[in-house]
Amino acid sequence: MTEAIRVERLHKRYAAVHALRGVDFAVARGEFFGLLGPNGAGKTTLIGILAGLVRPTAGRAAVMGHDVRRQWRAARRSLGLVPQELVYDPFFTVREILWLQSGYFGHGRENRAWIEELLEVLDLADKADANLQELSGGMKRRVLIAQALVHRPPVVVLDEPTAGVDVELRQALWRFTRRLHAEGHTIVLTTHYLEEAEALCERIAILDHGSLRALDTKAGLLARHPWRCLCLELEPPDAALPEAVARLVTERDGGRVRLRLHRLHDQIGAVLESLRAAGVRVRDLHTEEPGLEEVFLELIHEGAPAQAAEAQA
Amino acid sequence: MSARPEPAGRGAAANLRGLYTLFEKEVLRFLKVVVQTLLTPVATALLYLVIFGGVLAAHLEVYPGVGYGAFLVPGLIAMTLIQNAFANSSSSLIQSKMTGNLIFVLVAPVSPLEFYLAFVAAAVVRGLLVGAGVWLVALLFVDLPLHSPALVLVFAVLSAAVLGALGVVAGIWAEKFEQLAAFQNFVVLPLSFLSGVFYSIGSLPAPWDRLSWLNPFFYMIDGFRHGFLGVSDAPPGLSLAVTAASLAVVSAVCLAMLARGYKIRQ
Ligand SMILES: Nc1ncnc2c1ncn2[C@@H]1O[C@H](COP(=O)(O)OP(=O)(O)O)[C@@H](O)[C@H]1O
Ligand SMILES: [Mg+2]
Repeated sequence: MTEAIRVERLHKRYAAVHALRGVDFAVARGEFFGLLGPNGAGKTTLIGILAGLVRPTAGRAAVMGHDVRRQWRAARRSLGLVPQELVYDPFFTVREILWLQSGYFGHGRENRAWIEELLEVLDLADKADANLQELSGGMKRRVLIAQALVHRPPVVVLDEPTAGVDVELRQALWRFTRRLHAEGHTIVLTTHYLEEAEALCERIAILDHGSLRALDTKAGLLARHPWRCLCLELEPPDAALPEAVARLVTERDGGRVRLRLHRLHDQIGAVLESLRAAGVRVRDLHTEEPGLEEVFLELIHEGAPAQAAEAQA
Repeated sequence: MSARPEPAGRGAAANLRGLYTLFEKEVLRFLKVVVQTLLTPVATALLYLVIFGGVLAAHLEVYPGVGYGAFLVPGLIAMTLIQNAFANSSSSLIQSKMTGNLIFVLVAPVSPLEFYLAFVAAAVVRGLLVGAGVWLVALLFVDLPLHSPALVLVFAVLSAAVLGALGVVAGIWAEKFEQLAAFQNFVVLPLSFLSGVFYSIGSLPAPWDRLSWLNPFFYMIDGFRHGFLGVSDAPPGLSLAVTAASLAVVSAVCLAMLARGYKIRQ
């Protein structure tokens, strides 16, 4: 089975910026894929190459097996792009925009029913004859989504769809993308909100300064963060801790103590053993597993020194 | 690796519906603002007619048996047509680039040739509508012959196409409205004004009479005028050849820019 997206040794240089530095990955059909990275990481550039908006400097990209340069018509038909910026054409109404977009992709009247359905599903029906200029930002965002879906593309790419939108719309967008995914679409979502990637995506690629720092399932990424937290409530509250435990403390508030344990080198059992040997009683304990936030920061941080060295060279 | 941009087979065929839709969108765009895109240009042309035609009509016979009014009107029609064809594609493109909505066309399976044809065809429609408007209203003031409707139509369509394509080139090249305005004010306006709209170039002093023969706009307007009057400064065959050659050159530049994605695909 062909992949939904394949990217090989992809490079993009703008005049002053090396925005993509040899990116390789593939997205399987039907996957919900997250492309995560801080501002300026190269997410929009990468997506632009997939959509034909940006010409790669080197490397290859394909959508549903169609090379974006040599089989550009088929590649473009396979992809629906929801752009990051709230762009719109101020001359037209919502319905006109969707008819036009459908026509650009070669569809005619037979697609009108689907357009009406999109208007309905995206809650745009009562604004269908309003000019784009009259719509709120959230409405414009939904029109962008409708435009991306008008030709029924198997792959849908959303570039930071929830940046700057209110909680209600964010929830609605999440529900809608989940529904698209359940209906069989391959979804690629870029975001710099970690909770968003955590909540939605099956696999996550972390892009930073134009290079992939990681590409893994959510569980796999979390497992990379070697630290976990052991939270204890000790008796007596002012108990002196043995050296083996004291070196792990990150916070202490009387009897409440937080310890940072390395997954491989520090065992909870050993901590409890040395506390017992020192005569300290443990009244309560729980552990906290890391979130993507920690993993993300760690990966980005790892990349930083190399980056700085390169900038100096 | 194949040098061919697109393999044959499903999904690779020309997107005629896409071409037509883009054309339709470009026409709808100017129809939504007819006051600005159709009525104002017609009114401006009439102003010229009233000022120049009214003042000079009585005194001039440009060609034997052809009064100044009959000479002026075809020139005004052609000039208005040319300027509006240019304005249509160039202003649409720069607006789409500035607002960012050009991406909706760029992500669609529309080829450079289809893109070019849609924009040029819409520019021709705008040019023809404005030109017809000037002609119809001018008929109220001037008794205008119509020597060869076919020649009039051929020159109208070709000239509008040249300027429509030039508008695409300028709209893609310009990064700001001021740059486009500069292109319009320093290239399109002087060339169209200095092309014998208001006078026969035979009446110009040297070296301007000779320089006019280097101005492609002169041939468009002169050939167009021949269609009405049956007389002109240049032979209509030469005018047709120069106009067609201009279309070929500008179109080649335009298609090369579109195929490279110059300034529109980063
Ligand atoms: N058109 C452009 N011209 C020059 N530099 C650009 C252009 N687009 C993006 N960049 C630069 O490329 C880098 C990656 O940008 P982008 O792909 O937009 O990142 P992201 O979407 O992850 O925030 C940034 O340094 C940005 O400034
Ligand atoms: Mg971005």
